[in-house]
Amino acid sequence: MVIQAEFKQKYDNFTLDISLKSRSLRLGILGGSGAGKSMTLKMLAGIMTPQKGFLSMDDRVLLDTGRRINVSPRKRRIGYLFQNYALFPNMTVEENIGAGIPGRGQEKKKTVSELITRFHLTGLEGQIPSELSGGQQQRVALARILACQPEMILLDEPFSALDGHLKDRMQRELLMQLEDYPGPVYMVSHSRDEIYRFSDEIIILDEGKIISQGRKAEVFAKPASIKAAALTGCKNFSRATRISDHSFRADSWGVLVSTSCTLPDRFTHIGYRAHDFIPVWGEDSDKTVPFRLERIDDLPFERNYYIRPAVRGDNEEDLISWFVQRDLCGLLEEKGLPDYLKLDEEKILYFDE
Amino acid sequence: MIELLKGLDWSPLIISLKTGIVATVLCFIFGTMAAGWIMGRRTGVRAVIDSILTLPMVLPPTASGFFLLLLFSRRRPVGMTLYDHFDIKIVQSWAGCVIAAFVISFPLMYRNARAAFEQVDINLIYAGRTLGMSDMKIFFQVVFPAARPGIASGTVLTFARAIGEYGATSMLAGNIPGKTGTISQRIAMVIQNGDYITAGLWVGVVMVIAFLIMLIMNIISGRSGRQQIKW
Repeated sequence: MVIQAEFKQKYDNFTLDISLKSRSLRLGILGGSGAGKSMTLKMLAGIMTPQKGFLSMDDRVLLDTGRRINVSPRKRRIGYLFQNYALFPNMTVEENIGAGIPGRGQEKKKTVSELITRFHLTGLEGQIPSELSGGQQQRVALARILACQPEMILLDEPFSALDGHLKDRMQRELLMQLEDYPGPVYMVSHSRDEIYRFSDEIIILDEGKIISQGRKAEVFAKPASIKAAALTGCKNFSRATRISDHSFRADSWGVLVSTSCTLPDRFTHIGYRAHDFIPVWGEDSDKTVPFRLERIDDLPFERNYYIRPAVRGDNEEDLISWFVQRDLCGLLEEKGLPDYLKLDEEKILYFDE
Repeated sequence: MIELLKGLDWSPLIISLKTGIVATVLCFIFGTMAAGWIMGRRTGVRAVIDSILTLPMVLPPTASGFFLLLLFSRRRPVGMTLYDHFDIKIVQSWAGCVIAAFVISFPLMYRNARAAFEQVDINLIYAGRTLGMSDMKIFFQVVFPAARPGIASGTVLTFARAIGEYGATSMLAGNIPGKTGTISQRIAMVIQNGDYITAGLWVGVVMVIAFLIMLIMNIISGRSGRQQIKW
């Protein structure tokens, strides 16, 4: 199914301007808070109407402000999983699941009981949502959505209110339950891990605009801009001056880099992920940053080293981050801290801002 | 004392309760409907209509009574039509008691219902819509039950206000013993005659009713599911 959407909405302090076309069945929308993720999802569902906009699923036009078409959310057949699940508090599990099915006949009863079995809710039919665990609530919410046979499902930060352990479990569960759902599923989240695990295609939103769109591996490997790279978890950025086809200077770090591959024609900045540095003991070579330790953060499964670059400044954001997995920390303790950090030229990201 | 109670004309209690119940039922229906309707309106419309609907709460009851008299007087179009075509008399009648009590206590019901609706998680309504439920179904099966505690306490307050109404009632319905003579009007009347014993007795009755009402209110709000906060 091809989804085509264009939303324009202006507020005093925020403008949403989105244009997206996708055939993906699992699309993740990544963005920080206030980027317009949830708003985009609500406009897809029809809960919010943009000042100007267009939305179609294949040939079915759901919104066209120019032609005064605006199909109401109840006729769009788009399921929406809310962050708090929005289960009806006064209804039982059974009633919640059946809420969207018209009529009251045998047909409805059958659908509901099938869903109860499929979502492992047997025995809980008569409970009300506040008596259920988070996982059960999620299953009820999903069953309730599937009962309406939606053509598309939207997930609005479904895990953001949960703590780590539960989050992983619920996410795995949700992915499993949606495995054989044939329509497109769009999820918004500020967590790159969640998005990466879930999606085939990823969109990165920033301040109401799409700053990157593509297959997930591409978007993470080659982010289109510094902002997009930062949202995918890249920690280190430096201004850069291109010297020749095979060398440049990372100005913010005071490092000269020569590469065997040909550099892009134009770039002003480079980015480098905190996990990708290679520690070097002994001699200086090119592509290396002198290891001048500023601070160490000890985390449960990794250690973060912050290194002051040779060139500039006392700003916190100028520090270079190097993240080391726990199992490598042993080596570091044995050999002592490295003298230099080396950049792997394959892993350097180039940006033209 | 027994003599006094036996000799007492109990009609004001009956009239007040009857008036209160009918007015409360009307307030409940129209108040929740108005509140539900206004929740779906734009800010501008909302502000204007809301002000109009709340007006009787802030106006002196006698001022409301004045408008009601203007409207229902048999020398004016509305009153005339009602009387000529439907044989309905509002002024100086029990129907007047009900209408006065309704108008004065309506804002209380409306405000409380609105406050209760505002507390309902908007996502419940959105969820209902994306599930294909009609607005009617969402209102009666989702919003209304979720707002029940607030609406219940609003109803009780409305009833309390309705049975105690004095100002507008005395202007529109008058104080006809056995017909429109409510408790509050009876108290005022017997005080004027210097009969403090009867007045005190009726005050006692009113206090018992008021206390019961507040008790019911507190039980309702205590049961609304949330743990009561104790300092």
